Amino acid sequence: MDKGRRRALKVLGGTLGAGAFAAALAPLRAWSKSLSVEQFLQKHYKELSPSELAATMRRHEREAKAKYGRDVHIEDVRPMEGVQFGYALNLSVCIGCRKCAEACHHENNHDRKTNNSYIRVLEMEQGTFDLEKGDATYDHPVPAPGKYYLPVQCQQCDNPPCVKVCPVQATWKERDGIVVVDYDWCIGCRYCEAACPYHARRFNWEAPEIPADELNTEQAYLSNRVRPQGVMEKCTFCLHRTRKGLLPACLEACPTGARVFGNLADPESEIRRVLANKRVFVLKEDLGTKPRFFYFFDT
Amino acid sequence: MVLSPAAVTPVTAALLASMLGAGALACGRDQPEPLRPAPGDAESPVTVHQPPSLTSVETKEIDGLGRPVRVACVTCHSTRDAGGALPTSANELREFHVGLTVRHGTLACASCHAARAGGEPMLHLATGEELRTSETMRLCAQCHGPKLREYEAGRHGGMTGHWDLSQGPRTRNHCVDCHDPHVPAFQPSVPVLRPRDRFLAPPSAAHAGDSHG
Repeated sequence: MDKGRRRALKVLGGTLGAGAFAAALAPLRAWSKSLSVEQFLQKHYKELSPSELAATMRRHEREAKAKYGRDVHIEDVRPMEGVQFGYALNLSVCIGCRKCAEACHHENNHDRKTNNSYIRVLEMEQGTFDLEKGDATYDHPVPAPGKYYLPVQCQQCDNPPCVKVCPVQATWKERDGIVVVDYDWCIGCRYCEAACPYHARRFNWEAPEIPADELNTEQAYLSNRVRPQGVMEKCTFCLHRTRKGLLPACLEACPTGARVFGNLADPESEIRRVLANKRVFVLKEDLGTKPRFFYFFDT
Repeated sequence: MVLSPAAVTPVTAALLASMLGAGALACGRDQPEPLRPAPGDAESPVTVHQPPSLTSVETKEIDGLGRPVRVACVTCHSTRDAGGALPTSANELREFHVGLTVRHGTLACASCHAARAGGEPMLHLATGEELRTSETMRLCAQCHGPKLREYEAGRHGGMTGHWDLSQGPRTRNHCVDCHDPHVPAFQPSVPVLRPRDRFLAPPSAAHAGDSHG
């Protein structure tokens, strides 16, 4: 009787234990379907050896090929020696056409469904400067009377609050001043989005949907490769272009020439001449974020 | 219910491999990564785009691709004598360029166009110096000096190409690429790519369903 009860308890305990163990492992099984071993074991960008990084990029290229049927080229574009990037925008000539946002949308492989872009153009009442009251969804011919237009994107702050709050160091400032995200290391907690006073970070609520024929196949690991669901993304001043000497896509698309981009470390550059000759200002200077994105007016 | 051996084995194997390999490769990234070289001398040219409107005019005909057919100025001006004094306003045009809209201050045709018999149509500065149409920017600049200053400093007018001229060239827009010299005001346009961000409903609708307003 006693032995029988003990055996019954053992069997019951064993069954419960096995069941609990299986239940505990269930998330792992679901996880392993969408996450390969290589992905699970992948290290932080800064800890990858050159060969590991190359292998990771080839894997992403294979995955892109399988998903889109296109030959995608992903590379690791390093910062340039002696280059500190800066951007300035002339509010007197910006007409609010949103061509910059559109160029960003295509260049950086943004989700088509949400019309996502790293640039938000705020329509502002002339004589006001409350960013909270700016309208980013205006849909009438521009420039509208009594309004001015304030394009806002990542300010590549020298004192970036978004970098400080990241609990896993998945975002950091590079040597040339660009704040980047390791999309494979980001855990999607959105602390950085909350910390950014410029609302410059975007979260991938869903996996981006991009028609295969519209995919920009020239990609960089830290910039415009297609982001997975559940990670943060942000403007990188098109580092896959600008670190090769090209102008950023938003500047090339600007029909008015409101945008000035260049090397702050070069005293002869256009951006330095703006800083020297124009009354420039930065957004929310009082927060001490030290932006590298400057605004100015004509004359 | 339990993780299948097939799934466990590669995970374990890879874990072991990474642990074993870690000893040898832990310092893989400790060396500073090489940076791309610094910009060199600005050797590549900055060219100014030459819009077709400098040497041709649009007709009302449409070609197979739906684009307006353009006719080179010299098609007529090399054989016909524009003759005598130019009209003071576009309303006086009777035979050619009829219907031209001009909204550029109070300028008369002859303020910019040289009255010249035959040959390539020319422009002229206020000094009387004749200019080819490819030199239009000098003509614009005699009234719009500050704009030329901004343009030359890279703060006005679109461009494409390289910021770093040691790595490649740059192309600048011409005044006339964006400003029709006869109607120079930048015309209003319909903005593209309206965001559909979940946080960016228009201000009026933003709090429509918000009960804790």
